[in-house]
Amino acid sequence: MSLKDKYAIVGAAATRFGRLPGSTTVGLTVEAAKLAIEDSGIDKSEIDCVLTKFPRTGFVNLYAHRIAQHLGIVPTIAAEIDNAGATNATLVQYAAMAIDAGMIKTAVCCYGDNPVTAARGTYEGSRGNSAAYGLFGAAAGYAMITLRHMHEFGTTSRQLGVVAVSTRKWASLNPNAQMRTPITIEDHQNSRWVAWPLHLLDCCLVSDGGAAVVVTSAERARSLKQPPVYVMGMGQMHIAWELTHRPMLTEAGGRQSGELAFRMAEITPKDVDVAQIYDCFTITPIMTLEDYGFCGKGEGGAFVEGGRIEPGGELPMNTSGGLLSESGMAGMQLIVEAVRQLRGECGERQVKDAEIACVSLQGGIMHTHSTLILRR
Amino acid sequence: MTEYNKPLPEVTQDEKPFWDACKRHVLSLQKCQDCGSLRLPSPICWNCLSMDSEWVTMSGRGRLYTWTLIYQRYHPGFAEDIPYNVAIVELEEGPRLVTNIMGCSNEDLRIGMEVEVVFEDVTGEIALPKFRPAVRPVQTGVTAMKEEG
Repeated sequence: MSLKDKYAIVGAAATRFGRLPGSTTVGLTVEAAKLAIEDSGIDKSEIDCVLTKFPRTGFVNLYAHRIAQHLGIVPTIAAEIDNAGATNATLVQYAAMAIDAGMIKTAVCCYGDNPVTAARGTYEGSRGNSAAYGLFGAAAGYAMITLRHMHEFGTTSRQLGVVAVSTRKWASLNPNAQMRTPITIEDHQNSRWVAWPLHLLDCCLVSDGGAAVVVTSAERARSLKQPPVYVMGMGQMHIAWELTHRPMLTEAGGRQSGELAFRMAEITPKDVDVAQIYDCFTITPIMTLEDYGFCGKGEGGAFVEGGRIEPGGELPMNTSGGLLSESGMAGMQLIVEAVRQLRGECGERQVKDAEIACVSLQGGIMHTHSTLILRR
Repeated sequence: MTEYNKPLPEVTQDEKPFWDACKRHVLSLQKCQDCGSLRLPSPICWNCLSMDSEWVTMSGRGRLYTWTLIYQRYHPGFAEDIPYNVAIVELEEGPRLVTNIMGCSNEDLRIGMEVEVVFEDVTGEIALPKFRPAVRPVQTGVTAMKEEG
């Protein structure tokens, strides 16, 4: 039976973002968890599940168990999960599944990392033997995907720039965003190359920070202090471990993940009021919007033009400034932003009467994907 | 001669035949003995899960599928090469490899351009398969040859 609307996010919070000297991954994760638990108003003695994402800065054995112990929680289920950038939305999904299975009642899903002040970890690592050819980090892989998209569909660098400019407009309305000074397409075009055809302003920030949510049953949610944000739909897809193993580079797991989530939610992209689409690089939301069916395949570049995703646009996207301008963290902050939009807490950047939010997270070089459809 | 200071491949048992062939300047991939699927080194066939395979020689020709030019300094061994290309080449036989394109300026790279393998002997033990613009025409759907020796 479908889990549609049976589970809800009842607490959501994030720490400060940016360069946080003296921070630790554990410290940021537990701070985010504490803030989310406080936001929910639930007593921590009710929490019987701790789910976390591995810090990118390095592998930590039994990480979730360590987090649980620091929080004074003795969980029935504890797990750290690695779906790269897609992980945080999968944590919410596994929490809902675990509650539905009768194993637990309430979960805290939390994530913190400090790649700026600590080790850069996977940000500069390589996969398989590709380091022998000089392939490091994420930008080069996304650059090769971008070039294919340009080749197959005529997508332009200026269209990529629209994503950067639009998310910055949103960030200028968000006091907690790292980059708030508006930019122009010319700024984008003039920014230095990182991995051609990607400019610096095509690449997301690298940030220290943490974010967390609390998930429980819809029934329990209705007696808590925050308006519940229901999980209407969820999906995932994990398509390959290496770029070379994929039949095509211009479609990623978003298509199947989105299909699953929209089918479960029984809505279409037209019903979405606000979208939080993982923007590690500017090509990513362009392809995700296509894969989700907001527009046709290959039409993503044109779709984002004309103010459509900006403040006041038809599809408000990445209303906190996204990974490009708010925080480069691995996506939990996008879920937090979706919750805040649906609760109407967003002040200057609030999307009027937002009822349905779509969240897309993805990771690796578009290897992993997860989707949440949320409603108030 | 200055010491080679770029990262070297980690040669696992699964990958040893690939790198042994490279050392002889032969590009060799694994072919499943049950379903015939070609693959980069792996203990198992991704298509039918057979663990029986043979190493077969590729024609060494293919097309440039995509590439990037790296401007960011990630590793000191590549610092002097910036901007350098990293490419994915699709072989005539189908599989794709991460590699570099040599013998051609970065400005002349084009998706679909015909390339052929060239081995760079970087140490006594390791030869990296790289590619250069092809002399002979490239085809598609070429059948792999069983490796001799």
